[in-house]
Amino acid sequence: MKILLIEDELDLAEAIRTSLEKELFLVEHASDFASALEKVSLYEYDCILLDIMLPGGSGMDILAKMKKKQGGENVIIISAKDSLDDKLEGLDLGADDYLTKPFHIAELNARIKAVFRRKNLQGSNLIEIKNTIVDLNERECKVDGKLIELNRKEFDILNYFLLNKNRLITKNALAEHVWGDHIDQADNFDFIYYQIKNLRKKLQTSNAQIEIQSVYGVGYKLTEL
Amino acid sequence: MKLLNQSIKYLSVSILLIVSIWSAIFYFNMLDEIHDSIDDGLDNYKLLIINRTEDDEQIFEQKGFEEGNFTIDQISKEEALGMRDYFTDTLLYMQNEDDLEPVRMLTSAFKHGEDYYQLTVFNSTVEEDDLIEDLLYSIVWLYIILVVSIVLINNVVLKRLWKPFYKLLSDLKAFRIDKEDPVPVVEGDTREFKELESAVNSLIFHARETYSNQKRFTENASHELQTPLAIISTKLELLLEKESLNSESADHVAQILQVIQRLTRLNKSLLLLSKIENKQFLENSPISVNQVVAQSVEDLEEFAEFKEVKTTVDNSSEIQVKMDESLASILVSNLIRNSIFHNLKGGNVTITLVDNTLIICNTGKSESLDPEKIFTRFHKETKNSSSSGLGLAIVEAICKLYGFEVSYRFDGAHCFEVNFG
Repeated sequence: MKILLIEDELDLAEAIRTSLEKELFLVEHASDFASALEKVSLYEYDCILLDIMLPGGSGMDILAKMKKKQGGENVIIISAKDSLDDKLEGLDLGADDYLTKPFHIAELNARIKAVFRRKNLQGSNLIEIKNTIVDLNERECKVDGKLIELNRKEFDILNYFLLNKNRLITKNALAEHVWGDHIDQADNFDFIYYQIKNLRKKLQTSNAQIEIQSVYGVGYKLTEL
Repeated sequence: MKLLNQSIKYLSVSILLIVSIWSAIFYFNMLDEIHDSIDDGLDNYKLLIINRTEDDEQIFEQKGFEEGNFTIDQISKEEALGMRDYFTDTLLYMQNEDDLEPVRMLTSAFKHGEDYYQLTVFNSTVEEDDLIEDLLYSIVWLYIILVVSIVLINNVVLKRLWKPFYKLLSDLKAFRIDKEDPVPVVEGDTREFKELESAVNSLIFHARETYSNQKRFTENASHELQTPLAIISTKLELLLEKESLNSESADHVAQILQVIQRLTRLNKSLLLLSKIENKQFLENSPISVNQVVAQSVEDLEEFAEFKEVKTTVDNSSEIQVKMDESLASILVSNLIRNSIFHNLKGGNVTITLVDNTLIICNTGKSESLDPEKIFTRFHKETKNSSSSGLGLAIVEAICKLYGFEVSYRFDGAHCFEVNFG
């Protein structure tokens, strides 16, 4: 999987690159309009992460040029502009998703994988880790072929963890992903602990070979046993 | 009061004044002219009678207006020499009218032979009260006809003349500075309206420039803040994933990360607030408040369960509003979240939708909150440091943006009411 990261903030680009490389993606980086345009026209990528405000031009122009060319690439816009106009314009121009800065790494991972899966969908839509299989179409989770009962949010939590295997998911990221965009003012994330506890219990009783670990009180990660 | 009615008001008052003064002057002029012409007639009549006395002695027998409108009486020489012609207005009995009628009378003296005589001739004159009455009627009619025709003409002409103005007005009412609407145009070539148009357009131009500057500033400020925040939190998350980190340092990093995330939330809330206040949300669509409430309650289900708070929703009536979808959701969920958060263990939240009003009541501490301060920014009822103190300020800003009424009251339970108008 080859990803082009178009981002002018070098520090942020470096952090994103480190994170994506942990997921075993191949990451190339362009930091301004000209070099981004050059890379886009010369090479092919599986996914392009596109910042809007770039030195030398707007990311929207790159997107428009790219889609005019032919457009097999998946594009996720990453922008500090949380403006509806931009979002609509970007999606109109053919972007697959729009992520507002600052975002959680886990969220970026989940979006990239979701975009890949949408494009490469061949009938089934399964995530398999050890003896656990999650079917995203049916919204079912099976361990050793046996169905475990999960409510909607438990399923969303598990799915999010599976997309971010071995990675830290902060409570904030989890709350925003599962409980919606504005829950982040929820003052108090202790209730997430109870959700995780329930999910852990269900995974344990069905002998799933995965585990949700607590990480320094700030979040969780899913690991294989 | 409409301009049309204003002008009619002033016109009718001034026409009344003009017509009244005019009719008074007209009356006196006419009376003067009538007297003048009667006086001339009487003078002439007098001369005729005096001439007749030369060859008709009979005429001296004429006494007491028996025949003809004159009488001749003999007077002394002194009297006659001291007398000058004079006119008087008096009343005389008229047979045809069977009443006393006003007459104009000329009294004169003349010499016939050696004798002196006094001659009195009269002519009937206008009845002034009749004249005034007639005049009054015609003046009243004139006034009515004038006012009615002015109203009619005003209605037709002014309406037509002011049409471009009213069109401009309705265009301006619908105008939104943040939309790419074309600037209003005035039809026709009335100079005043053209000037108004250019004044309005230059105002719009400046307002748009200021607005876009401010919008750009808000967004630039957000960019400047969000990016460093993104860098810090991303780097800290990566740092926490490092196996080599010892647990004591990891705890510190985790704490810093939590503070950064709080800062990020605060920044987001402030941005949201400034965007609402800059009216940058006008993507209105019809929203069912009942649905938004149901969605919010579902989103907050686990939170409520954790706080051991029971939530009940009473959908007594359907509430439909036209507003931005995300703002509707923020408005409702902020209120419901607050009511769950500031609740007691085992308490409850009742959400009622009735008569275009959303009422959210919750059990909580037993004294009232300060209704004056509760909606102000950064006002915190609790010492809870993770609360941003912006939740209710955002609620109020959203309500203000759409003209909803939001209020707080305490009657044993803490109740927030939003009236969608």
